[in-house]
Amino acid sequence: MLPAIIQQNYLSQPGKTAIILQRAGREDEALSYADLTRGAFRYTRAYQQAAIAPGDVVVLILAHGADLIFAFWGAILGGQIPSIMPFLTEKLAPERYRADLAALVSVTQPAAMVTSPEFEADVRGAIGPGSSVRAVLLTSQIPAEAEVNFQQAGGLARSPEEIVLLQHSSGTTGLQKGVALSHRAVLHQLTAYRAAIRLQPQDVLVSWLPLYHDMGLIAGFLMPILSGICLVLMSPFDWVRAPYRLFQSVSQYRGTLSWLPNFAYNFCAQKVRERDLAGVDLSSWRLITNCSEPVKAESHHAFYERFAAYGLRKSALACSYAMAENVFGVTQTPADSLPVADEIDRAAYLHERRALPPEAGLPTLTMLSSGRALTNTQLRIVDEVGNELPDRAIGEIALHSNCMLSGYYHRPDATEKALRGGWYFTGDYGYTLNGELFVAGRKKDMIIVGGKNVYPQDLEALAYEIPGIHAGRAVAFGVEDEKAGTEEAVIVAEVDTDDPREREQIAEALRRHVTQNSAITLRYAHIVSARWILKTSSGKTARAANKEKFLAETA
Amino acid sequence: MTQVTDTLAAYIAKEILRQPKRAISATEKLISSGLIDSFSLVDLGLFVETTFGVQIDDTELNAETFDSLEELERVIDEKKG
Repeated sequence: MLPAIIQQNYLSQPGKTAIILQRAGREDEALSYADLTRGAFRYTRAYQQAAIAPGDVVVLILAHGADLIFAFWGAILGGQIPSIMPFLTEKLAPERYRADLAALVSVTQPAAMVTSPEFEADVRGAIGPGSSVRAVLLTSQIPAEAEVNFQQAGGLARSPEEIVLLQHSSGTTGLQKGVALSHRAVLHQLTAYRAAIRLQPQDVLVSWLPLYHDMGLIAGFLMPILSGICLVLMSPFDWVRAPYRLFQSVSQYRGTLSWLPNFAYNFCAQKVRERDLAGVDLSSWRLITNCSEPVKAESHHAFYERFAAYGLRKSALACSYAMAENVFGVTQTPADSLPVADEIDRAAYLHERRALPPEAGLPTLTMLSSGRALTNTQLRIVDEVGNELPDRAIGEIALHSNCMLSGYYHRPDATEKALRGGWYFTGDYGYTLNGELFVAGRKKDMIIVGGKNVYPQDLEALAYEIPGIHAGRAVAFGVEDEKAGTEEAVIVAEVDTDDPREREQIAEALRRHVTQNSAITLRYAHIVSARWILKTSSGKTARAANKEKFLAETA
Repeated sequence: MTQVTDTLAAYIAKEILRQPKRAISATEKLISSGLIDSFSLVDLGLFVETTFGVQIDDTELNAETFDSLEELERVIDEKKG
């Protein structure tokens, strides 16, 4: 049970540093395990005062900082079910954010929302008449002190099968699925994942990942705190403006562990200035795990080349395949050895969906292993009808473990679709070789841009909202951006006008609309004439064929 | 437009927006409009430093400090000052 672990850390190592909170332009703030517990109980008290009961969902919309940490653990200690959601940034259209949040509230039915005065209007804007939300708690109104009393709080009385938190998947915000995880699932995951990375009490984890994403929430927040180790936590907004902060923090606090999405390897390798690395020593960094985007050997190479001179160990580079539906990790490559690289025949991979050893002289692809399944997780590669496939055949990845989701919260339809016969069907493609998993694309056409997932159908729906673009006459897909180590989203839209100025205006409107109404920034709006888009015989848009046509045209 | 804003506009259009022909006026909102996304702010900071010889701190890479070419020019001038 999670509250019992917090209690144990509070009693056994109250003075040990739990979190070093970093904020650009401010002094670092160290929170001990005692500070963490005391701060959390202020929120437990606030939930009690607002009559938010154990088992009620509490949605947290807060910026990086101590309040987010306390509000989360306060809910855990009180037995409420916390769910961290992103706040409105300047990029997104406020109407869209409120509509998406309102949709989420109507499905999830939270009893309370916690936010700060700066986001209060956005949060209240998502709460309609008759809403489940009984209280909007503001950080400015939380009691300054509260008694540390584990027995009186509701958390210890929860049972292991009960839901401890919701982790909302990315994708269409309005239809986001809340992955419901039990105490037991979280603890089973942590036991297996800690063993896979050989976590030690003296490990120091450095993270800039957002806490509304599974990699940030589980690997970069729950695991260190529930394992009683030290977490150095910076804001994703600070990191993206100053990626060098990651390296300075690892050096300053002798960081040993980090998790990064693939694009971050390229981003850091390209954008960190020499002078910001003066005196930096990365020799303590023992495990840097590439996770949540397709892993690229080139990205590891660029990262290593850039930072080797500062003591980065090559053996620190690792990979993992993870998802919220398994709490977090599914596979992991071991500490102290490099992920296996598998060179395969390019044509067979693209056209036959097989990962075959290359023939001499023919073009190849290098695939990086995501590692072996955690000890508590079984993997299968299956064909369309669910038959298990042999090594080197590409199929859907299915998994079974003792740390699977309880279900999608209030979404029995979605749960039934994903969980069949005790197996979770991931929607990702991959192949196995000697027990190692190689991930090879997404079944559902999902586009991953800088760690953010978007579905082409959602981008196309946004395109149809632009005057001049008719329904059924746009296609969205991702194209690989090798320099950035991630994908770029492309929308091709047919229009009736031939006037270059009008076309440019439509392109501009399309870029702006998609950027303000989705998680990503659209750069490639390709305006074409009627009948450009290829359709299948049944009239459906063929994304792969249109992507090939686009690439051939713009090459 | 001045020489500084012209230089900045050309860089942003070509390297960040990847539309070399895109015109950007001196007063067009850059950050609050989502035109320049957060992943590109660090590039803009590096470009200003190498081109104009002034350092923009990462805590200044936000719409409060500058949100248009003319505001960015003012920040550059103040630092040169």
